[in-house]
Amino acid sequence: MLLLQQFVNSIMLGSVYVTVAVAFTLTIGILNFLNFTIPTLFMIAGMMGWALSYYGLPLGLSGPLPWPIALMGAVVLTIIASLIVERFTFRYLKTKYGDSTEHAIPLVSSLGFLLVLENLVRIGYGTDSRRFEGPDADLTMNIGGIFVRVPQLVSLAVTVVIVLGLTMMIKHSRIGRGLRAIAENPDAANILGVDTRRIVPVVFILTGLLCGLAGALFAINYGEVSPAMGEDIGTKAIAGMVIGGLGSIWGAVLGGLIVGLIEMMTVHFFGADTVQVMVWGALLLTLLAYPSGLLGHNTIGKGKL
Amino acid sequence: MSGYWAGILSILAINIIFAYGIFIPVASGQLNLGGAGFQAVGAYSAGWLSASFGLPVSVTIAFGIIVTGVIGVLIAFPILRTKGVYLVLATFAFAEVIAGAILSSEPLGGAMGISVPGYIDWYVSVIFAGLVTVFVFYLMATRFGLTIRAIHDDEDVSDLMGVSVRNVKVAAFGIGAALTGLSGGLYAHSFSYIEIQGFNALVSIYVLLYVLLGGTQTAWGPLVGATFFTLLPEALRSVLPATKNFLVTLFGETGIVAPPDESWRFVILGALTVLMMVFRPEGLVTRTMVERLQFWRPVSRGVTQ
Repeated sequence: MLLLQQFVNSIMLGSVYVTVAVAFTLTIGILNFLNFTIPTLFMIAGMMGWALSYYGLPLGLSGPLPWPIALMGAVVLTIIASLIVERFTFRYLKTKYGDSTEHAIPLVSSLGFLLVLENLVRIGYGTDSRRFEGPDADLTMNIGGIFVRVPQLVSLAVTVVIVLGLTMMIKHSRIGRGLRAIAENPDAANILGVDTRRIVPVVFILTGLLCGLAGALFAINYGEVSPAMGEDIGTKAIAGMVIGGLGSIWGAVLGGLIVGLIEMMTVHFFGADTVQVMVWGALLLTLLAYPSGLLGHNTIGKGKL
Repeated sequence: MSGYWAGILSILAINIIFAYGIFIPVASGQLNLGGAGFQAVGAYSAGWLSASFGLPVSVTIAFGIIVTGVIGVLIAFPILRTKGVYLVLATFAFAEVIAGAILSSEPLGGAMGISVPGYIDWYVSVIFAGLVTVFVFYLMATRFGLTIRAIHDDEDVSDLMGVSVRNVKVAAFGIGAALTGLSGGLYAHSFSYIEIQGFNALVSIYVLLYVLLGGTQTAWGPLVGATFFTLLPEALRSVLPATKNFLVTLFGETGIVAPPDESWRFVILGALTVLMMVFRPEGLVTRTMVERLQFWRPVSRGVTQ
């Protein structure tokens, strides 16, 4: 029973990783771009949610906002930040000099953005953790002897809806078809009439939306945000994405859940200090057995470099 | 020589060696985002030997270099089969595994860190930095340096021209790892105390950015990049309060001006990264620039442009 409880907890924990891992895998799968600002976007969502509910709008436009409005505002701000990142990173991926580290230009500028955004938040709000006054995070439900916290259940539901919606969109909508075409071959897509300049920002809007929702749900669930909250979640989401396979949405879902499971089970059996070794060890083992991840295709991340 | 400047000079020397360790793989077209992992291996093997057996500093640092170099060569074989995004992720994963392994290892002090008995003065690090700089300049002028540059510019063509691409890459990775180990050993003995939290993912990001901003085409790049960004906070320390006073007298006591903070240096580093990638993605110092600044032009490879 205790193990079953841990298993349920691990799925709840994994759902945060899943959302962030899907954001990572989306930019890699479609644009072949490892976006290192994703953990920072996640952090911005949490910190902005806190700032809006604690201080209210800047310049004294309003008093402290109620938490649902603050979180919605935070998601919108995260999407805007993501679009700013797009403007300065991905637009400059152009083959000008033909040298082999050139594909890294957006990756390196995204590292630059990581430093800028994270340190601006630190300068603005300090480095301490802040309490987020949300709904009661300890509201629990008892389902057949298993205790489930209601906010976690809501997070899981939101994650499932997002992932399903995203796959439907990519499979069936016109924009989704454009995205798949760009993933296949950007130049050919451009020639055949896909407006790359208008479709590419969609990826970044989705990234901002995913990170924003993940950050908001994190703030509700844990009731605490800090400028450092993106690092741990970000690295574990990367691990989950690599385990699942780069560029595959269902791979990211699977990988995120596996990382959540490994983390919970390691804490249960060995203690919290060994979590990092187990997660990254599992990653290396997976890569040895399945070099392109559990559900990945071996062309992604390689073919265009 | 006051203790303050001694501290700055030794960290500057260590950063220069560290940057050269990352530069050699990057110059052959392999982005290494696991620098902190290699530095941790060097620092901990030197520190552990010194703390447990009381061996002299020369032995412990040599041991650190050898251990890191061997590990570098060993993991180079599996890691260098990956390319692009996968290579970045693999080196990143390596650093995480090292950090996790040290964190959960009892003899290495775990999260507590270890104190290192052997102490070296600042000038030892500075002498080593000078030697490493001369060595890398020499290396880039040899045939090996030429093949490194050829692989960086076009791997397939170098292969066709008879360069053993894999051997050169593994050698570059191993030499880079050994230099990074040297910087780690010097760090351990200069500051007498090491903890794994000091070798986090951000350190890997900083050093990679020093190298890329300085420029990867010539051996001047890491020297310029590491020097600039190590000395930047010292310059900011005097400039920032002055700016703040100026703003306060200009606008009156508004209270929005943030206090001078270490964080500004990283905001500047990040913003410069983004701008550099937009306007000059090949880095500050390029091959053409160095050739233009020379008084005597090499006649034999004079290219009329």
